[in-house]
Formats: sequence, C-alpha cells, structure tokens
Amino acid sequence: MMRSCKEVSELLSARLDRKLRFMDGFGLRLHLAMCNACTQVARQFELMRTGAAELPTLEDAKRPGEK
Amino acid sequence: MNETSNSTAIGIEFDSHRPYLFKFAMLQTRNRDTAEDLVQETLVAALAAAQGFSGKSSLRTWLTSILLHKVVDLRRKAGRQQSISIDAAQDDGGAEAVEALFRENGRYVELPEDWGDPAQALTQRRFLEALEACVQGLSETAAQVFLLRDMMGLSTEEICSELSVSSTNCSVLLYRARMRLRACLEQKWLAPDDRRRRNRTRP
Repeated sequence: MMRSCKEVSELLSARLDRKLRFMDGFGLRLHLAMCNACTQVARQFELMRTGAAELPTLEDAKRPGEK
Repeated sequence: MNETSNSTAIGIEFDSHRPYLFKFAMLQTRNRDTAEDLVQETLVAALAAAQGFSGKSSLRTWLTSILLHKVVDLRRKAGRQQSISIDAAQDDGGAEAVEALFRENGRYVELPEDWGDPAQALTQRRFLEALEACVQGLSETAAQVFLLRDMMGLSTEEICSELSVSSTNCSVLLYRARMRLRACLEQKWLAPDDRRRRNRTRP
C-alpha cells in the first residue's frame, strides 16, 4: 500500500499527462500528506511545466539588439 | 470572405503561434538562422495546406507537427537521426541518471529542495534561463518529448503518434526528462547560498 518516493515520483509525472487510476491517486495523496520531499517534487514539476510554457517569452525579450 | 483576406486572417492566427514554434525550433536546432528558416517553411507549408487542417487537433498541434517533421528531416540530412521512432527506442533518456537519484529503498539520495513561491520564480528571468539550459542538457529525444508536452501543449497521445512510440515508452521518456530537469535545476538555478541547510543523507 505504502509507495516509495521513487514510485511516487513516477505517479507525479504521470498525473501531469493522464488521469491516475483511483488507487494510484489515493496512494499518491496518502504519501504526499506525509512526505515533504515528494511534496517539493510535485511543486517542482508544476513549476517546470508553467516555466516551459513561458520559455517562448524569453526569446522575445532577447531579440532586440541581436542580429 | 475572398481568398486573400481569408489567408491574411489565417496568417494572423499563425503569428500568435510563431514564438512557440521558434522556441521549439531553436531548442532543437540550436541555431537561430536555421530555426527561423524552419519556422518560415512551416508557416508557408501550413498556409498552402490550410485546407488540410481538420480541426481535430488544435492549430498549434498541427503546426508543431509540420515543424517537427522539418526538424527531423534536417537531422536526417545531417545524418544524425534515422527516424524519430528509432531514435526514441534507442535513447535510454538517462535511465541511469534517474536511478542515481534514488537509494535502493526508493528514497531520495539528496532531499528535493523547496523552490519557493512559484509566482516569484516565474518572474525571474534566471529561472527560465536555467530551465532552458537544463533542457539543452537533455538528450535530443528527451528534450523533444518534454518540449512537445510541457511547452507546446500536445497530449501524450499526439506525441506518441507523432513519434511512433508506445504510450508506455512516451510516459517513461517524459518521466526521465522531468526527473533530470528537476535535478539539473537544483544545481543550476538554486545557487549554493540559496540552499537551505538541510540534513543531507549524503555529505
């Protein structure tokens, strides 16, 4: 029942791409409630995704003066 | 609507996707001129084939798919990639690097850091620059799947079908890319001074 941080990291990635099966989602929440490390990873994944969507703005800011 | 104004309208709509296409091409080719050429070719091809756009996928997905094939063609010409699927199958995506993040009991070797307030991080140019640098540190395939998913917003189904890889393989590639990115960001983004002095499981 209790999942390791490694297994949880796989679920944290998977849930960004698809709906988790009920037991996986349940196990994930249970683990996150008790584990600070995995809670940080969950936040990091979210931030990386939001950041990735912002990357094109980085290029725009760089453009003046180049070329 | 006559044909000219119709294609102008499409052109304007294409333009809103241009920064995304350019960034994707730039990160995949690492050459500004090449990237600009590819995006231009993509938009020209898309405009010519606008009637082929079924509307089943989003416009960005459709444009990304055209661009992706141009990137792959270019690599193939340079002899660097046979086909996306072969490349994806051969790429272990840093499996060992991910294994090394965990101990045998499945716990983290180095405890993940608190990255602070997300809203604040996103306003920091340094965070985005570090993220970009870390993406460039990934293998081509790993960077490709991550960017297609998290930057271009394609669904995993769309990515699997574009790259002709199984959905399991796709998930594994995404997982490894994300794990390597977060480990990289802890090094590149969080300066040593920023780090909280936490109990490390390894000195």
